[in-house]
This record gives sequence, structure tokens and C-alpha cells, in this order.
Amino acid sequence: MNEKTFEYLLRLADDRLILGHRLSELCAHAPILEEDIALANIGLDCIGQAKFLYEVAAELEGKNRTPDDIVYFREAIAYKNLLLVEQPNGDFAQTIVRQFLYDSFGILLFDKLQNSSFVPLAGIAQKAVKEIRYHYRHSSQWLLRLGDGTEESHQRTQEALNNLWKFTDEIFLSDETENLLTEEGIAVRSSSLKEEWLKIVTELITKATLSIPESGVKVYKGGREGKHSEHLGHLLAEMQIVARSYPEIQW
Amino acid sequence: MIEKSENIASLEEQFNQRIANGETIEPNDWMPEKYRKQLVRLISQHAHSEIIGMLPEGNWITRAPSLRRKLALLAKVQDEAGHGHYLYSSAETLGTSREEMFDQLHEGKAKYSSIFNYPTLSWADMGMIGWLVDGAAIINQTTMAKCSYGPYSRALIRICKEENFHKKQGMEIIATLIASGEKGKAMVQESFTRFWWPTLMMFGPHDSNSPNSADMMKWKIKLKSNDELRQRFIDMTVDQALAWELRIPDDKLKFNETTRSWETGEIDWEEFNAVINGSGPCNHERLEARRNAHDNGKWVRDAARAFEEKQRLKNKSAA
Repeated sequence: MNEKTFEYLLRLADDRLILGHRLSELCAHAPILEEDIALANIGLDCIGQAKFLYEVAAELEGKNRTPDDIVYFREAIAYKNLLLVEQPNGDFAQTIVRQFLYDSFGILLFDKLQNSSFVPLAGIAQKAVKEIRYHYRHSSQWLLRLGDGTEESHQRTQEALNNLWKFTDEIFLSDETENLLTEEGIAVRSSSLKEEWLKIVTELITKATLSIPESGVKVYKGGREGKHSEHLGHLLAEMQIVARSYPEIQW
Repeated sequence: MIEKSENIASLEEQFNQRIANGETIEPNDWMPEKYRKQLVRLISQHAHSEIIGMLPEGNWITRAPSLRRKLALLAKVQDEAGHGHYLYSSAETLGTSREEMFDQLHEGKAKYSSIFNYPTLSWADMGMIGWLVDGAAIINQTTMAKCSYGPYSRALIRICKEENFHKKQGMEIIATLIASGEKGKAMVQESFTRFWWPTLMMFGPHDSNSPNSADMMKWKIKLKSNDELRQRFIDMTVDQALAWELRIPDDKLKFNETTRSWETGEIDWEEFNAVINGSGPCNHERLEARRNAHDNGKWVRDAARAFEEKQRLKNKSAA
């Protein structure tokens, strides 16, 4: 069971780390000074949550690995994050839509994880859900502004939605690990969150005068098994370069 | 006309008296136009430095070598955005909008701290910026925190608290690298050698060559001279560098037993002038990055405005 829990924690942590890393790429390049502050803040929350999750995972694994070992010395194929979060920042619409699609799921997931029978995870979820509520408030408000702003912003946001929507099916695929851990009360079956998630995002997207793209072929999945888009390798190459170049240095 | 200028003369006399008494000047108080202008120049330069200063450090956030360092660096750069934010607000109290200040920056008309036109080439630079650059900024700013303009003085008190934390963080990065062995120490030395002289340039030209100083001293928007502050920095930093056994890249450096002070060789003023006049190693990249962020963000700002306007009309018709 520990192995499966470790795997599950890794998925949660990788989602948060990769999303946070993407946001951190924007630091000093946001469209408004206030957004430099906000996006950095959200990135900090994401990476902070990831750090807590890796700490618990590392302890559970019991192989003397530190969170940094797990983050900096792991290949892309061993990363278990969703494809959605590794997608590039693109323009601000793409960044916001990616964040919105994740946050609306994150709220539901971490809300339920507060009741996890695995106490360290429940503890992290209690703190995380408060933060993700703020993230959701931020991304959903921007979705409204961009969708119902100017013609250009509307068009860009619809394009971002068209581009990213295909990655949302994967969020709600539950596999054996998740099912088993859900039965133990440790995890939450993602598939059980889909209906409520769809209700929330449909309402917001409609309110933003945007439309939900048609669900197409379901080939955009595999993140949980380490089958990623090409983007992740580049992201990790950058993230890991210093740590790997000087494995003997203490940072 | 005579009456008016007499009136101004008496206002100015009162103003000077208030400053001499150590009172702070607030946004709605009468002030000479030159005082206002100098302050806008000073505060906007400081704000621009914070915003441009995000770039050399932002350059390493994605490569920070541990989770702890990544979080700390991201938080630090976010602090700088925050400083920029309240400094722009503080300059706005003098009647110049943030948009106007941005335009001046993007058109290359505004100055910002010369140090940020140097590249960051190794992880040790993140420590060096904290230790040297923030260290130099603190010396400048703690002095300026006693300046006569209320909003700027209060902003500086808050900024200095955070800068002190940043400096400690930088010194901790350096101490950790040095303690981790030869490679870490070499990384620190290389970075220190690159940053030493540019940091000394941060204090500006020699006093004899500092055109705005006299007025600013009178009005207490400058309280110590460039050379005085630079010397304070040198004395503090040389001792720290020696404690870490770093080699200081200055053959002429010597301790003067009489003044109990370190004497350095001459700063390369040609380089200084080139950097402040737009020809430093990264001037072009820094401005380009800010212009791009601003230009690429235009549609976002337009959207936010259009949305607010639509909401306003909706609320109006509902009422």
C-alpha cells in the first residue's frame, strides 16, 4: 500500500510543481505589475504545496531520498503530472485558461482530500485548499474579463480553451492505484469529480461568453504513466541543469 | 505678478523652514516645483530599478538548484515587484501616473540602477546580488528613509526591512556554497570578481561630479553624499569578503591606519558612463524584456478596461 500511496503523492506533487514552475517562468514578464505579483504568489503556493507533498512521499518511501533528489534527479518519464499543467504559458489567455481548468479541479480534489485517512495528506490538503480557492478566484475572474472583454481577448481566450480542453479528459481518468487508495480512504477517485467540475466550468465559461469545445478523440492522456508531451523534457532540462551539473555541491 | 512671486517666495521660505525643522512633507502640502520634479525622478528611478532588477534574478528562478532556493528566489523577486508597486504609488502622489513613468522607462528616457545592466551568469550571482547589490541598496535606502517626503520615507522603511532579509538570504547562499567545497568556492569567487566593481558604481559618480546633489541635500531628499555612502559600503564589505577568504579584484586596495578605512583603486568611470548611458552589457535586453511584457500585455489591459466598462453600464442600467 505504501508504494501506491507514494505513487499517488508523487502525482499530486508533480502536478503542483510543474504548474508552479510554469508560473515562475512568467516572473517579471506579466502584462501588468499586479499580475507579476499575483502569478508569482500562485506559483509560490503551488511549489510550496509540492514541497510538502514530496516530503511526505520521501519519508514514506524510506529510501533516504530527499524531495530535491526526487525533483532534480528524475527523468521526464518518471514524472507523473497531468499533461495539462506542463503545457507552455503561451499568451496570457493560455496561462489563465490552463490555471482555471486546473484550479476548478484542484478545489474539488483538495477539498475531499482534507478527509483522507492518511493524516499527513489530509493536513497538507487543509492548507492547500484554502490557497487553491484564491487561485480559482483569480483565474475565474480573469476568465470572465478576458472572455467578455474585447473582441481580441475573447478570440484569444476561446483559442486557448480550444487548445487546452483536450487535456481535461485525462484529469478524470482513475486507474487501479487511485481506485485502490480510494477504497482505503486515502485518495479521491478523480472520475467521481468530473460531473461537478463540468458543471462549474460550464457555468463560468458560458458566463464569460465563451463556448466549450467539442470533446474530441481521447488520445491526450498518459501523464500519470510518464508519457508526456515534448514540453516536459525541456522544462526539466532547465529546472535540473544546475543541480545535476554539481551533484557534490550543497545549495 | 509681483505679488504672486512674493507669495511663492514666502511659501518657499515656509517650506524650507519646515524641512529645516525636520518635518515631513505630505502629498497635499505646497512644495517647490523643483522639489516635486526631483522627487518624481528619484522615486521613479527607484521603482524602475526594482522592476528591471527582477530580470537578472528572474533569469535563475527556473534553474534554482533546490526547492528551498527556488521558493526563496521566487518570493524575493515577487518582493521586488511589490516594492516597485508601492514606489510607483508613492511617485503617483506627486501627480505623475504609473503609465507616464512606464513610457519614460520604455522610451529609454528614465534611469535605473546601473547594476541591473550586468548579466547573471551563475547560481552564485543570486547570492552576490543579495549580499552586494542589496547590501549597497540598503546603505542608500536606510539613509534615504529619513528623507523629507513622507510617502517615500514610509515606503523605504518597509522596503529596507525586506531588503535586509534579502541580503541575509544572499549571504546564506554564499556561505553555503563556500562551505560545500572547492567548486562552490570557485563559483563564488568568479561571481564576486565580476560584481565587485559594478557594485561600487551603484553609488553614482564622485561627489565632485554629481549634478543634482546640492539642491537635494538642502531639501533632505539626499542626506549623505555618494562617496560617503560608497565608503561605508566598502569598509563593511571588504571585511566580510576577507572573512570568507575571497580575493578582492583591486591591486590598489589598502587599509589606511589613520582613517581606519579601506582605500580602493579608481572606478572605471568610462564603463560607468557607458552603462548609465545605455551601452552596458544588458541595457538592450533589459529594456526589450520590459517593453515586450508591456506591449504583449496591452490586449490584456484593454480587455480588463472593456470588461469594467461593461460591468459599469450593466450596473447602471440595473439601477
